[in-house]
Amino acid sequence: MSAGVLTAKVPGRRGILPGFSLTMGLSVSYLGLIVLLPIAALLLKASGLSWHEFVVATTSPRALAAYEVTAVSALEAVAFNAVLGLLFSWVLARYDFPGRRLLDSVMDLPFAMPTAVAGVALTAAFAHNGVFGQFLEPLGIKIAHAQPGIAMAMAFTSLPFVVRTLQPVIEDLDLDGEEAARILGASELQVFLRVVLPVIAPALIAGVTLAFARCLGEFGAIIFIAGNRPFETEIAALLIYIRLEEYDYGAATAIATVVLAVAFLVMLATNALQAWQQRYLDKG
Amino acid sequence: MLAAMTVHHRSHRQGAGTARRVLIGLAVVAAAVVLGVPTGIVFAHAFGKGVEGWWKAVSAPEALHAIYLSLLTVAVVVPINAVYGLSVAWAVTKFRWQGKKWLVSLIEVPFSVSPIVAGVATLMVYGSSGLVGEWLMDHDIKVMFAVPGIILATLFVTSPFVAREVMPLMQLQGTDEEEAAQVLGAGGFRTFLRVTLPNVKWALFYGLILCAARSLGEFGAVSVVSGHIRGETNTLPLYIDLLYHDYDSSGAFAAASVLTLLALVTVVLKAVVEGRRDAAHDDEALS
Repeated sequence: MSAGVLTAKVPGRRGILPGFSLTMGLSVSYLGLIVLLPIAALLLKASGLSWHEFVVATTSPRALAAYEVTAVSALEAVAFNAVLGLLFSWVLARYDFPGRRLLDSVMDLPFAMPTAVAGVALTAAFAHNGVFGQFLEPLGIKIAHAQPGIAMAMAFTSLPFVVRTLQPVIEDLDLDGEEAARILGASELQVFLRVVLPVIAPALIAGVTLAFARCLGEFGAIIFIAGNRPFETEIAALLIYIRLEEYDYGAATAIATVVLAVAFLVMLATNALQAWQQRYLDKG
Repeated sequence: MLAAMTVHHRSHRQGAGTARRVLIGLAVVAAAVVLGVPTGIVFAHAFGKGVEGWWKAVSAPEALHAIYLSLLTVAVVVPINAVYGLSVAWAVTKFRWQGKKWLVSLIEVPFSVSPIVAGVATLMVYGSSGLVGEWLMDHDIKVMFAVPGIILATLFVTSPFVAREVMPLMQLQGTDEEEAAQVLGAGGFRTFLRVTLPNVKWALFYGLILCAARSLGEFGAVSVVSGHIRGETNTLPLYIDLLYHDYDSSGAFAAASVLTLLALVTVVLKAVVEGRRDAAHDDEALS
């Protein structure tokens, strides 16, 4: 969160402009009704379970396997995106070339494209007769209807988080340090590893964390490509959905509570990282 | 988050020869493979049975109903989010009060909630075993597995979009102009319409575009609350799912191509509006 939002300088207690009660009342009521009430209802439903029921629902072997598949795939996806996001943001921020604006615009495609569309498209690409699948499957690499497909779908939908977090930071980099290093005889690789990377590392970590949070919650793109076999390629979000379809609302809300708690922890980590990054940049 | 997601355009340095060429080449190839191929596949499969086959698939009554329902959702959700976003931004940026930080964090909560969890949460309010489920049933009001439920779940997941785009710019602009309008005798609402709104219009459009794109494409939250009733509560993304699992792949891709076209329009609009918004942002930062 940008710190600027929080430091308005207004005379008087709140300021002289009208509309505080109206806009504040409207905002808080709407937020309460649309967002907070449902979350409270979910937690209320989950708290209606006994401790034993809650533990059974959230730590069943199938649920544990689903958490693992989700977390492992998300880590693979963000590792992939750390590299790819660094490449894209570096090229977009540092170089001018024909088509740069186009490349910049298409970076947003994964945000603009509905997740279900991404899901069917990636499944078709990695199917045994697909654009990529026809070359990968003879090599024994199975992506569609297997765990790597989950990571692939997560990587696709979360790529812009890394690019859009890194790009402005690379654009604002001070070039003096790099030039000094070059004059002192450092190679391009040394300049990048020793001068650039330490400065952009906080932004890279922040972008990767945002992407990771998105990957943990992703549903639409994954269910088409995953194969959805329990214990193997079933993600946590899908297990919630399946419990709902079985009318096991207790188990569904229990697992949803776990997913929600993890999401909040990741969000807290992201906020802390961004505060750290801000301090880091302000110092430089 | 706000500052980090804003892309500033700076002058670009021409980098050293070989590294520059190799990296640009790699980036272009990677973008073509990772982003270009999936987009191309949608159209290739959608037109696999020719333009006629595509037209037949998208003009089927159920497809038209799905398109109608998706557009209806956007038409309801986007204006509501505009009012909410502007209202939040006004309360947060034009006044001084304790606890702003909390409100701003709460506004962003939907971004970190999985769409499935958002759907389940909505169900726990309005569903048959939800907080107000019995009351709704007694009064014969259908919310879940009907259009209102779809709209409520979409409102949940899209609520931060406008607020998040408008707030930083309003903050940067401060309150001087509004205070001047007040002194000159303009009423509060007139001040907002004539002074504040023109100042933030590009940031507002930008937020609305993001909000519309997400409303059109929302899948997880909507799939929990829709009930998947054919020709009644299937939005376009749910309709793709339905056809895909009916092994009507070309039909699914035809429907997907409509959404992909809209996504491409979104990307173009976003690029145009982004340029204007950043110009407004930079003017404000300089003045």
